[in-house]
Amino acid sequence: MAGQTLYDKLWHNHVVVQRDDGSAVIYIDRHLLHEVTSPQAFEGLRLAGRPLWRRDANLAVPDHNVPTEAVERSGGVAAIADPVSRLQVQTLDDNCRDYDIVEFEINDRRQGIVHVVGPEQGATLPGMTVVCGDSHTSTHGALGALAHGIGTSEVEHVLATQCLIQQKMKNMLVRIDGALHRGVTAKDVVLAVIGEIGTAGGSGYAIEFGGDVVRGMSMEGRMTMCNMSIEAGARMGMVAVDDTTLDYVKGRTYAPRGAMWEQAEAAWRELHSDDDAQFDRVVVLRGEDIKPQVTWGTSPEMVLPVDGHLPDPAMIDNAMQRAAVERALQYMGLQAGMSITDIRPDRVFIGSCTNSRIEDLRAAAAVVKGRRVASSVKQALVVPGSGEVKKQAEAEGLDQIFIEAGMEWREPGCSMCLAMNADKLGAGEHCASTSNRNFEGRQGFGGRTHLVSPAMAAAAAVAGHFVDVRNWQEQ
Amino acid sequence: MKSFTLHSGIVAPMDRANVDTDLIIPKQFLKSIKRSGFGPNLFDELRYLDEGQPGQDCSTRPLNPDFALNKPRYRGASILLARANFGCGSSREHAPWALEDFGFRCVIAPSFADIFYNNCFKNGILPIVLDAAIVDTLFQQMYASEGYELSVDLEHQRVTSPSGEIYSFEVDEFRRHCLLNGLDDIGLTLQDAEAIRSYEQGLRKRSPWLFDAIR
Repeated sequence: MAGQTLYDKLWHNHVVVQRDDGSAVIYIDRHLLHEVTSPQAFEGLRLAGRPLWRRDANLAVPDHNVPTEAVERSGGVAAIADPVSRLQVQTLDDNCRDYDIVEFEINDRRQGIVHVVGPEQGATLPGMTVVCGDSHTSTHGALGALAHGIGTSEVEHVLATQCLIQQKMKNMLVRIDGALHRGVTAKDVVLAVIGEIGTAGGSGYAIEFGGDVVRGMSMEGRMTMCNMSIEAGARMGMVAVDDTTLDYVKGRTYAPRGAMWEQAEAAWRELHSDDDAQFDRVVVLRGEDIKPQVTWGTSPEMVLPVDGHLPDPAMIDNAMQRAAVERALQYMGLQAGMSITDIRPDRVFIGSCTNSRIEDLRAAAAVVKGRRVASSVKQALVVPGSGEVKKQAEAEGLDQIFIEAGMEWREPGCSMCLAMNADKLGAGEHCASTSNRNFEGRQGFGGRTHLVSPAMAAAAAVAGHFVDVRNWQEQ
Repeated sequence: MKSFTLHSGIVAPMDRANVDTDLIIPKQFLKSIKRSGFGPNLFDELRYLDEGQPGQDCSTRPLNPDFALNKPRYRGASILLARANFGCGSSREHAPWALEDFGFRCVIAPSFADIFYNNCFKNGILPIVLDAAIVDTLFQQMYASEGYELSVDLEHQRVTSPSGEIYSFEVDEFRRHCLLNGLDDIGLTLQDAEAIRSYEQGLRKRSPWLFDAIR
């Protein structure tokens, strides 16, 4: 029998019932909840008169709607100006109280973006199945977990049964060999992967990220990679457990301790693909080939290296592709053939579940330290991923570096990644954003998103246009 | 859940690849704590010329005359014909809720994003994967013929065109069974409650750290 992949192992460890029709009842170890995709699930539970299956498997945190501006934020839920947002956050509080689910409420220091909070608190751990009503749940795969987003019906399913009915995915290995150039980060790597396989390339697959580049990455970097698996079409991305994983997990609030840690570590050490494991598809990139990446269009696959030029629809034979490029150029207000470095962002957003962890903020701060945001940039927002990240950044003085550079230092939340709160782009505005989606209207009606790494966003803020951060002289 | 057995209806086009769930239902409408009423905001940014707000009366908003669903010939459409990777992006179930509330019972495309595909089945919507060349043919036929209708038979897994061509499609057995019978899959899973409890007992021994940590 051929060896097992990491995904195979995680899957087999969680099969409760294998059905003849190919579906399986899969046990869910950790269920994360936020305010947007849970209210209808709790309502469904109530209407059906079903109890919660297992209280201690759940953890909730409001993140999508929360204001990040300090004054509005300081008043808690009651002070959220938008009444519709307020009701949604309040509903999460009410549901968690009714069902006795632990919630980090709006001004709890542990509050933050659910995918930053989970690993940070040790609430998501290696070997777990982790689900949440949010597609970026793939983030937690960085810990060697089987983690994916679900819809609201499945949120209700998990609340009621602690299980999901699933079909096993195919296996894809994305291997990044070699080493990265200075200034090239996990964000650039994952954008390059999406550019390579396309935004539907991972559909039907569970992706494992491997190779020397990934082995050499911090947990923050691996989370950035796994976070954007969904932008490559894969519901889940994951990385094998190694010393980096264990060092990260050890000592976190909800992580096991003492003898239980020893037992857990022994089990977690098995969480890697066997040498003779078979993958249905293998994609290999060379780290040395990857340059800083910038998206120019309205799909994450519309991405180029920073020294690239925008495509010319006239040169594209395939009619569907040509139409897509034409539409994207028109929406983005950009011309065929222009240089990426000629794109001038009106706003800069550093944050989101992709890039709001301490390492991301350090990288951005290193670039802006002692410099000023260009006068052509209307706003540069820095939104830490959690209260804990914020506290750490302030202890390191990063907040002061940002403020002195003319950037805004905000309270934690999803913020301008999806603009459900007050942080949004105006119509026609370009944004250098460390988030994950450049869809039409994503960051605000008519807004134009360019996805980049934190260092690239910071450099664009200072220069007033995209620049190759590999040439940046840090002061 | 509504069952799906046989359905015939007018076909409307969504003629672009990689339609994401932000496009299907923009984020401001996700603030609702209800699961109904999303239909008027389906494809909001394409359908209207202004920026939509939750709770707004959409009947007085300026319509985009170029958008297919605003054209009289597609009025009453219940089958959406789409391109590759339909429903990519966010896991928001508000996307199938909006399609269903608008009146769509079926989406036909060469491929779907995984989470969206799964969410459709939970809401009585049948997503059908057909070969890209067949979808292309259907687009051509639809554009050529006003009032173009397709018939969908889930029991026999086939789509029939007005001229009688039959296109077979695949759907996994469990999803098909639930949709044909309008079954609540939570109820089905709870029939395995004993197996779940027994699995949990084993898990507690194997991985005790998974229990009682968050309290």
